[in-house]
Amino acid sequence: MTLVRERPAVSSPPAEFRGSRRSYAVFPVHLAMLAWAVVTALPLLWAVVSSFKTDDEILNHPWSLPASPQYGNWARAWTEASIGRYFLNSVLVVGGALLLTMLLGSLVAYALARYEFRGNRLIYYTFVAAMFFPVFLALVPLFFVVQQLGLLGTYQGLILVYAAYAVPFTVFFLHAFFRTLPGEVAEAAFIDGCSHGAVFFRVMLPMARPGLVAVGIFNFLGLWNQYLLPLVLNPDPDRYVLAQGLAALSVSQGYRSDWSGLFAGLTIAMLPVLIAYVAFQRHIRAGMTAGAVK
Amino acid sequence: MRHGRWRFLAGALIPALVLHVVFVLSPYAQAFYLSLTDWTGVAGEAHFVGAGNYARLGGDSLFLDAVRNNAVMLIVVPLVTIGIGLFLASVMQLGGRGGRRGIAGSGAYQIVYFFPQLLSLVVIAVLWGFVYNPNNGLLNGALRAAGLDGLTRSWLASPSLALPAVMAVLVWSSVGFYVVLFSAAIDGIPRELFEAALLDGAGGWATFRRVTLPLVRESVQVAFVYLGIAALDAFAVVQVMTVGPGGPDGATEVIGLSLYRNAFQYGKFGYASAMGVALFFATLTLAVLALRSGRKERLEPA
Repeated sequence: MTLVRERPAVSSPPAEFRGSRRSYAVFPVHLAMLAWAVVTALPLLWAVVSSFKTDDEILNHPWSLPASPQYGNWARAWTEASIGRYFLNSVLVVGGALLLTMLLGSLVAYALARYEFRGNRLIYYTFVAAMFFPVFLALVPLFFVVQQLGLLGTYQGLILVYAAYAVPFTVFFLHAFFRTLPGEVAEAAFIDGCSHGAVFFRVMLPMARPGLVAVGIFNFLGLWNQYLLPLVLNPDPDRYVLAQGLAALSVSQGYRSDWSGLFAGLTIAMLPVLIAYVAFQRHIRAGMTAGAVK
Repeated sequence: MRHGRWRFLAGALIPALVLHVVFVLSPYAQAFYLSLTDWTGVAGEAHFVGAGNYARLGGDSLFLDAVRNNAVMLIVVPLVTIGIGLFLASVMQLGGRGGRRGIAGSGAYQIVYFFPQLLSLVVIAVLWGFVYNPNNGLLNGALRAAGLDGLTRSWLASPSLALPAVMAVLVWSSVGFYVVLFSAAIDGIPRELFEAALLDGAGGWATFRRVTLPLVRESVQVAFVYLGIAALDAFAVVQVMTVGPGGPDGATEVIGLSLYRNAFQYGKFGYASAMGVALFFATLTLAVLALRSGRKERLEPA
């Protein structure tokens, strides 16, 4: 599926069209766009504002601004509600899994894209086929595989499983990418006496950087937001990842009705994604949409 | 050189293959076998029951609720999401002066629209759980502030509203992504086609029907497959957000939730695996149908 077309340079219309051309009514369009922007942003802003309110304000005045900002909510969420711990667990697991995924995925994609050998297609399709299976199908046996390996509820177990499920798409995406890279540079490097490994790490991998960034962003978000796998494979509350911890908290906090703490926890969970988005939004949108249509 | 080549290939492929076989391929294969047994998790205690689990699925009213709910979501969520997404993407583009570069501020709008796509479904579910809260939620608060007290509801606790409430969340979280996707596709359409349509006196709707829609068809198909797969899942949102979970009277039960509950709460691993196989065939059917319908009606850009 080649949906990401080369964007044609936007050519200005011929001069005789300018000015004379009819433009569609702009006001209703703006109204529609604004309406959806409000629908999107309002719940998010409301959660952020609520994270600074007292429980009483949250319960009795859902629409008001906080009388005085309660920074204590955030501290309470970070320490007492263990959001800080969950956050660090997520960083550790996702960081490890992302490194492993990118290393293994790019090695496989490169080997399959640039080397001819028997079984090449078979290996490729073995990876690609896995993308079409719902994770739910594997869930029960996966639980017992991880259990038998003694990896249930460990960081290593989660990292390995995360990577295993992220590698197929990475291979699929980067395979196409490595195929398009010119071969001359690699040949020159071979002539200069580089080993196969050195050609990959020193020559081809740097050339594949745009592809690595795109698939890396895609993988990071997918892994950071993973919920089903940790729910099943990571039962120890001390090792909960952020999504898992927040879900558990929303159930238990609901009974204890520490609403403000939960709003603060929710905001803390959104914040890093928001910051990354503001900083890299163009890259992220390009990476994510490219990931979807490839 | 030959020696180095094979050593490199082995080093590049074997670690990933081992990981793939152990954690991905073998579980998938085992699931098909387990679905034919009555296994409850005790080693060596799996008895072959043939299609027994599948027969039981047909009489499991909660599972049938789940299938019905997933089917409703499978139709409603992609249609509504793609409808809103296409509408916003095309007015953004057509609404610009002379339909050229898109409406002023469309970049900023896209930034806002896209953000929910980045959030974990758990974060989204917790957030919307608050929004729907009958006492102090945003939605009922807004209705009361507008003097519409009569319209306030217990959104997630009422059997007829829970499923639409869940679907609204799924639509909310994905529209922005498809606005960006469709905008990119519309940007790829040669400008001359829009200019020709304008010169021929085509209005906004005619331009959309005759020019935009046929030429972004592939993107729309991809969107259907992705949204359909998301609608067949919906596990995280339902599990975190709805009461039960699974909603009042199973109103928001989904296949994934039934599977999870049967496996990890009741220990019916064989039975749960049969649900997984059913879900697999549903996903496969969806993908094949969507891609085949595409091949038949492919339109070449003029």
